[in-house]
Amino acid sequence: MAIIIDENTRVLVQGITGNQGRFHTGQMLAYGSSIAAGVSPGKGGQEVHGVPVYNTVAEAKEECGINAAVLFIPAPAVKDAAFENMENGVKTVVIITEHVPVHDAIDIMAYASDKGVTVVGPNTFGLISPGKCKIGIMPNQIYKPGKMGIVARSGTLSYEIANSLTAAGMGQSTVIGLGGDRIVGLSFIDVLERFEVDPETEAVVLVGEIGGNAEEVASDYIRRMTKPVVAFLAGKSAPPGKRMGHAGAIIERGMGTYDGKAAALSAAGAYVAQLPWEVPELLKKAL
Amino acid sequence: MKLFEYMGKEIFAQNGIKVPPGKMAASPDEAAAVAASLGEVVLKSQVLSGGRGKAGGIKFADSPDAAYKLAAELFRTDLKGFKTETLLVEKKIRIDKELYLSITLDGSARKPVLIASVSGGMDIEAVPEEKIVKKHIDPEVGVMPHFCREVVHRLGLTGSLAKQGADLILKLYQVFKKYDCELVEINPLVISGDELIAADSKMNIDDEAGCRYPAGTPVVEERTALEKKAHGIGISYVELEGNIAVMANGAGITMATLDIIEHFGGKPRNFMDAGGGADSEATAQAIEILISTEPKVILVNIFGGITRCDEVARAFVRVKEGAGIPVPVVIRLSGTNEDEGIAILQGIGIASYSDIREAAAKAVEIAAVS
Repeated sequence: MAIIIDENTRVLVQGITGNQGRFHTGQMLAYGSSIAAGVSPGKGGQEVHGVPVYNTVAEAKEECGINAAVLFIPAPAVKDAAFENMENGVKTVVIITEHVPVHDAIDIMAYASDKGVTVVGPNTFGLISPGKCKIGIMPNQIYKPGKMGIVARSGTLSYEIANSLTAAGMGQSTVIGLGGDRIVGLSFIDVLERFEVDPETEAVVLVGEIGGNAEEVASDYIRRMTKPVVAFLAGKSAPPGKRMGHAGAIIERGMGTYDGKAAALSAAGAYVAQLPWEVPELLKKAL
Repeated sequence: MKLFEYMGKEIFAQNGIKVPPGKMAASPDEAAAVAASLGEVVLKSQVLSGGRGKAGGIKFADSPDAAYKLAAELFRTDLKGFKTETLLVEKKIRIDKELYLSITLDGSARKPVLIASVSGGMDIEAVPEEKIVKKHIDPEVGVMPHFCREVVHRLGLTGSLAKQGADLILKLYQVFKKYDCELVEINPLVISGDELIAADSKMNIDDEAGCRYPAGTPVVEERTALEKKAHGIGISYVELEGNIAVMANGAGITMATLDIIEHFGGKPRNFMDAGGGADSEATAQAIEILISTEPKVILVNIFGGITRCDEVARAFVRVKEGAGIPVPVVIRLSGTNEDEGIAILQGIGIASYSDIREAAAKAVEIAAVS
């Protein structure tokens, strides 16, 4: 099982001939992902690491039967690329790109909802179902197959936590990055619902941060979950009114504070780790 | 990016939203001159901080002399740490009622949302829920006249005011879209006789949409000089008030590093997300920024994925051999090319840790004794 992606996922890399696209295509192939096609307008007919490159998504889909796409595209062109995939029936679109205009993100999410498309990102490291498929830019060596689901708003912090789980002998079913922007395709609840019904997943780690109300909203659902949830939240020491790296990581008008989020999650029955290294211990306790 | 009130009002006026007649004044003399042409006026400090009225940044003057005196006073005083550089001097309008109107983004719904209330002029968070009209905007439909009619009806506007209100909502959404806004807010929106007038304006524009701002969109620099410099080399940087300079790779891990420092009783000097995959040259520039803030110690927390530990270590060699590193450095290196990174650092006498716990505790200890 695992969620969203697995051994049957066939990936299209949009922007495959750019630096990032090329490098991460190599990394994803090395991990064992099925990278079936690449798209770069005007570069059709080339190959990147043995992956055929097409001019359009329509052509790539027709020839290679892809069912997921990952975008390594400059921010101003992301909206068009995302729509190209959605119009062509691709049902999972992963947007790695940072700095996507927020109004573009709104348009992408509205169309995705019409078309029943799962959008991961923008500004995400991607997602991985260890041993089956990796779509994104995370390091290959820190994961191992297992029964913990991880859902995170930030990349490196989730690597740190995944790595500590792996070191503690707890593998992962799927690890997914929602993205650090204000408007992203998946909410914590969207992912928690999938983990709740995934037979392979036994417990979930939620890696949140200050800003917005995603963690507070998720708490309502966590209350009803049968599987345990351990949460870690970054930004306890962040001052109000400052954007802490992520567009969405800002305390505005007293909203989005660490204390509010931690209280909501605890009240919903989640275990809240005070420090990142407490996560594996708390998971053991929760199980 | 937040715009000053006067900038937002210029945009409102250009897009058919009625604002009070007024002019900018950069000195008490100019303020007096505007008052001479407009009669009774209100002087408004152009600062970005909220709660301006309560902090004393708004004054009423009934003569050019009074305007001169009050302007001089406003230019002298600090408003929550902000100095007043300019004043907006506007004709005082009759206020029969104050409303609230805004369009902002709802991250959870992934849609814009319109918020309106018949209780304006105050903090919208303090208005009871039942007095607020909240309506999501379907981005594929946009704001249509029927949407506006419903909102003004729920606000209790009738006759000409209802028509003006509906028209204003349409135009406000056009501004919201055209300028890639995260927020447009009119508080208060004033009923003045038979007119609706935007007596204030708050506009936050999406930084990421800079490439397509309409011509003439004003730019306001909110970053400090250091934050601006860091931004120039692709690094997000926020100044804080402690004495432990911090560099990490990734927004979440950087925030967590600050939290860990505070957990051990230390105070971070800054937030610096040096990003993923930066090369040693960019990293060296980042280190120089940290050194320039004169911290007691520099704490580096690298979990190498795309970022390679050896590149980070090389950056320290580069700075050490160049301008030098005048403060102690504590480094945690873990992940890609970790062993190579540790060996390089040993070569220049910097000890590294593989666990952030030990590294952070050490940095806090150094900051406390030095």
